[in-house]
Amino acid sequence: MPETHSEPHLQHHFVALEQQQEASTLGMWAFLITEIMFFGGLFTLFTAYVSAYSEAFAEGSRHLDLVLGAVNTVVLIGSSFTMAMAVRSAQLGKRKALLGFLALTTLLGCAFLGIKGIEYAHKFKQRLLPGPAFRVDSPASQHVQLFFSFYFAMTGLHALHMVVGVGLMTWLLFHGWRGRFTPTYFWPVELSGLYWHFVDIVWIFLFPVLYLVARHS
Amino acid sequence: MSTLATARPANYLSVDPGVMSWLLTKDHKRIGILYLVSISVFFLVGAVSAAVIRLSLFTPEGALLHGQAYNKMFSLHGISMIFFFLIPSIPAVLGNFLLPLMIGARDVAFPRLNLLSWYIFVLGGASTLIAATTGGVDTGWTFYTPFSSIYSNTNVTLTAVGVFITGFSSILTGLNFLVTIHKMRAPGLSWSRLPLFVWAHYATSLIMILGTPVVAITLLMVGLERGLGIGLFDPALGGDPILFQHLFWFYSHPAVYIMILPSMGVVSEVIACFSRKRIFGYEFVAGSSLAIAVIGFFVWGHHMFVSGQSVYAGLVFSLLSFLVAIPSGVKVFNWTATLYKGSVAYHAPMLYALGFIGLFTIGGLTGLFLATLGTDVHLTDTYFVVAHFHYIMVGGAITGFMGGLHFWWPKITGWLYPEGWSRAAALLLFVGFNLTFFPQFILGYNGMLRRTYTYPPEFQVLNVMSTAGASILAVGYLIPVIYLLWSLRYGQAAGPNPWGATGLEWTAPSPPPPGNFEKIPVVTEEAYAYSTMETRRA
Ligand SMILES: [Cu+2]
Repeated sequence: MPETHSEPHLQHHFVALEQQQEASTLGMWAFLITEIMFFGGLFTLFTAYVSAYSEAFAEGSRHLDLVLGAVNTVVLIGSSFTMAMAVRSAQLGKRKALLGFLALTTLLGCAFLGIKGIEYAHKFKQRLLPGPAFRVDSPASQHVQLFFSFYFAMTGLHALHMVVGVGLMTWLLFHGWRGRFTPTYFWPVELSGLYWHFVDIVWIFLFPVLYLVARHS
Repeated sequence: MSTLATARPANYLSVDPGVMSWLLTKDHKRIGILYLVSISVFFLVGAVSAAVIRLSLFTPEGALLHGQAYNKMFSLHGISMIFFFLIPSIPAVLGNFLLPLMIGARDVAFPRLNLLSWYIFVLGGASTLIAATTGGVDTGWTFYTPFSSIYSNTNVTLTAVGVFITGFSSILTGLNFLVTIHKMRAPGLSWSRLPLFVWAHYATSLIMILGTPVVAITLLMVGLERGLGIGLFDPALGGDPILFQHLFWFYSHPAVYIMILPSMGVVSEVIACFSRKRIFGYEFVAGSSLAIAVIGFFVWGHHMFVSGQSVYAGLVFSLLSFLVAIPSGVKVFNWTATLYKGSVAYHAPMLYALGFIGLFTIGGLTGLFLATLGTDVHLTDTYFVVAHFHYIMVGGAITGFMGGLHFWWPKITGWLYPEGWSRAAALLLFVGFNLTFFPQFILGYNGMLRRTYTYPPEFQVLNVMSTAGASILAVGYLIPVIYLLWSLRYGQAAGPNPWGATGLEWTAPSPPPPGNFEKIPVVTEEAYAYSTMETRRA
């Protein structure tokens, strides 16, 4: 039978809290590597097509709403800042600040998803959703449709990760509110922060690749 | 189980034997058993479909199945054997059970994630089985576009979803193992003292982590193309189906090493134990696992020599594929050198391990034929390829799995199996396997195409040989099932270390208690210190 420990957060199969923390951290990094490979497949494919159909992809890119995309980029960068502040607050044991910054991060995450939703609705109305209803006035309309296939696959997958992130924030808010995090046990906040920053970075790549680069090539 | 357990000290099987406690268990040993039961179901599915294929090929015009029915049968065989048996086989069963024991830990780093991986596996497996029973799929296990995404009107989407889901169980297992090996080792267990089984699983975990997400996103794209009509590989939209092949093989070639590296780990343990010697060139055997994992990511193009990729790409992929032969050869030479002047005992695990060396060598050498651009053009899509990868995946991976299952069966269950029967089964498997698949090299060299239900009459003799061999092979699989289950009731108690093997897993009771060790062990010597063990005994 496993021995009992005084430390409440220590799981029985770990020897010490540091070991548990190191394992969790390495686990999160390994998970993020799988995420890089996951998105990497899509980015590779996109790169291959961008070089083959640069004209049509530039045209597709011009149909995107640069303003909303830029606003969303700012929103996400802001959320990464509030997330970093949340981690710092947890580390210092400032419970109120932690809850405030987590709430702000959640809010900004939801704002991003809302703006993305508005963009999707516009594209739907403009008949830019790939499929039988797709209409674009262009000689290369099929390749433009390919661009939009990528647009929806990549931003959709990213949005799905945002939804998971918002879920994580809610979970942290709940446990933070119950006062579970202490300066010696705050790595759940730190590791959720890693995830949040990662999803942010994916967008930092998606925004120029979809909205900017293709526009000028 | 409970009647047996009263006679033995409390162990992971006897504590809380209820069904719910099994379904909610976080014990790595129980999760290993859960995996063993579920992959056995898929082995049965894969084996029965293989039997139907071989029976059908008894006559040139196809004795049982024609056309699409045949296509569905070999697809079912490939998909269930590769994604639902071979890939999880050693890692998820033996790896789960043994890794924490071998490194002196109480469990893997993330026990809850470990249980989750099993549920994901079951969910993915169920989707695939539902797809198979409600119409089946005819794309083969490779899901090539545009056939899979546009033309096939079988259950491709549900099958792909099943494989996609199962991929995440593999990712979680790899992630768990990686962190476990890095962070959970007992005091004194440095990297240079790790058992080679652990090294092999480390390399395997890297492939699971780096490769599986790529095939997941690729299958997701095929699903999106079929379901929503967004055609990322659709030639009608300017999409390139060849890109699917690139992404698919980027995972699926390294996936071969997910199947074979753990087997090599088993062979290293078994050879050392039954030669009573330290593994010759330990560092090179450990390093070659990593080398195989790394090089394996840069050779995928050898599956596409005739797909229209550039000749220069073909040349580079051909050259890189040859490189894999070097670390593979290092392993074979070092195992053989370990046998040299060892006091060799021919127990069943050892017979399987020796079988592995022979069959893997044939599989590997014939791989060189296929890595050569010129000969591959002649051999592509023939039975030569089928024979080659079955030598690796059945002759190698499954033989290793059988060897490992026998080697650690006393540890897992606490019971010994009958010695004579187990040796006979190992020999039968070797004979049956060669009779099944060696004729296929000749068939393929003479031009018999794979994935066809008819063949020219002059190929019948060799096909009949192959089918006859398959029936012997079937008996070779069936006998162990019988005596292993028999041993659960009538076997002799094994004791903690029936083989006199080194390794921390043998210091724990058989079967081990829930937390594995009473006290976390401290390691003071290298792995395979058989010589010091013998002197201590004398
Ligand atoms: Cu390959």
